[in-house]
Amino acid sequence: MRLKIGAGIVLVAALAAIVGPVVTPFDPAAQDLPLRLAGPGGGHLFGLDELGRDVLARVLAGARISFLVGVTVVAVSAAVGTLMGAMAGYFGGLIDDLISRIIDTLMAFPGLLLAIALVAVMGPSLANVLFALTIIGWVGYARLVRGQVLRARELDYVQAARALGAATPRVLFRHVAPAAIPAVVVQATLGMAGAVIGEAALSFLGLGVQPPTPSWGTMLSGGRAHLLDAPHLTLFPGIAMAMLVLGFNFLGDGLRDLLDPKKQLRPAS
Amino acid sequence: MLRFLARRLLLAIPVLLGVATLVFALLHLVPGDPVQAMLGDAASPQSVAELRGRLGLDRPLHLQYAAFVAGAAHGDLGVSLRTNERVTAAIAARLPATVELALAAILVALVIAIPAGVVAAVNAGTGVDHAATTLALVGLSMPNFWLGPLLAIVFSVGLGWFPVSGRGTLAHLVLPAITLGAPLAAVLARMTRASLIDELRELYVTAARARGLPAARVVMKHAFRNSLIPIVTVLGLQVGGVLTGAVITETIFAWPGVGRLLIQSIGFRDYPVVQGCVLFIAMTYVTVNLLTDMTYAYLDPRIRVGDD
Repeated sequence: MRLKIGAGIVLVAALAAIVGPVVTPFDPAAQDLPLRLAGPGGGHLFGLDELGRDVLARVLAGARISFLVGVTVVAVSAAVGTLMGAMAGYFGGLIDDLISRIIDTLMAFPGLLLAIALVAVMGPSLANVLFALTIIGWVGYARLVRGQVLRARELDYVQAARALGAATPRVLFRHVAPAAIPAVVVQATLGMAGAVIGEAALSFLGLGVQPPTPSWGTMLSGGRAHLLDAPHLTLFPGIAMAMLVLGFNFLGDGLRDLLDPKKQLRPAS
Repeated sequence: MLRFLARRLLLAIPVLLGVATLVFALLHLVPGDPVQAMLGDAASPQSVAELRGRLGLDRPLHLQYAAFVAGAAHGDLGVSLRTNERVTAAIAARLPATVELALAAILVALVIAIPAGVVAAVNAGTGVDHAATTLALVGLSMPNFWLGPLLAIVFSVGLGWFPVSGRGTLAHLVLPAITLGAPLAAVLARMTRASLIDELRELYVTAARARGLPAARVVMKHAFRNSLIPIVTVLGLQVGGVLTGAVITETIFAWPGVGRLLIQSIGFRDYPVVQGCVLFIAMTYVTVNLLTDMTYAYLDPRIRVGDD
């Protein structure tokens, strides 16, 4: 059930991000200063912001940024993390020690703190946000895949492949790494939620996407000054972000249940 | 147990050194000249050279690194460029506010999560359970930089119950504590539910029920007590989330803590304070994780036996 709801929300959000900015009659950057801070209505479904820009058009344009960040960060993090984790788990020894110490060090920073620090010194920009979120993102995949590979490399069919003289890359990528794919898929889905929140948090703090580019984080940050006179500036970008994150969380939770071998083995009651 | 403690402490040393190295490297990631970035383009070459000397950036890199690590080990994190205040003193002055907020948030989280998790577990598979778990997922999906302003709109602007910013009275603490505690409550409620469901399947619970003990006593006195170990562990591991959340929550509610100091210092390009705050928060996180690990080992002998 959750899987379907999550998939539905993500699909609708993805469609809105792709098609929305094309079909909406308003330019997200176009200003109508006399109507600034006008509430929902009068042709502007979500109202207008502090510069008289259409909030709906900006929410839809912000969805593009969120998807761009989510997909890029998750794709690069998952690729780098899977490769590093597979190498650490398969080869062991010095390679494992080195990669594990890097993972331990990066994991010693709580959540977004390292991303905040990196963007703070490198300067606020979308490229630096992508870099910072990837730096903190890949370690989760690496740790996950390392554990899976450590288990998989001792399995009979992997030993058999080695005994038959299969080359290391073939054993690693054809036989060992696929065992980690279900766990990586779940992690990637939940990672999308994390990346969306991460980008919005950095932008909210003024460290991410810079105005006038619309991002849900910058919109929420701008809305703080108008809690009293224009709460719609806080309401709509927040609802969009929470719905998308909820969609990814539902999807991730549903996939985890679906791919959980314990649940599959449990007899139907 | 002693061997376990010694091993865990030894393992923490390379991690702490790695954290210090990464924080040291941060200043060298500044594009171009970090001193020029701090002072701005209009700064004279003389003042740039003077600040470079003050920060020790005119020395060879390995000497800068040795001085940074030695200073950090002695609690010397340098001097703020903006206020000339020692970084450790600036952090110490704001630490009580952050600790107060973090403890209040943890309290809020426990008050919400434990009853919700227990009710969901006891009613596993029913509508109540689905409602509680869905609510927990919704809580996880509401980032604090949205929840905070929403609470402010309703309870400060709308109802006028609580102040919208600042620190001083208990009323000032309520909204920031809920903002910071809500995501933690969601995580803890999920953990409480999962952990209690596992315990309720154990034979000793069936035996207690068979002896005719009241249901509430079986759940709270027997199963819940045993389910506490993973809950306490998750709480310890979530301190990282609380510390990062505090950075955002303090910014939303103008709460004068270490997190706000960090964000303000980023705005002023006061890199020694940025480095100091990041190092301090990361070190706190590592220490709390270490303590959680040790508590877990103390509570569950299987951990340390397996490790030995």
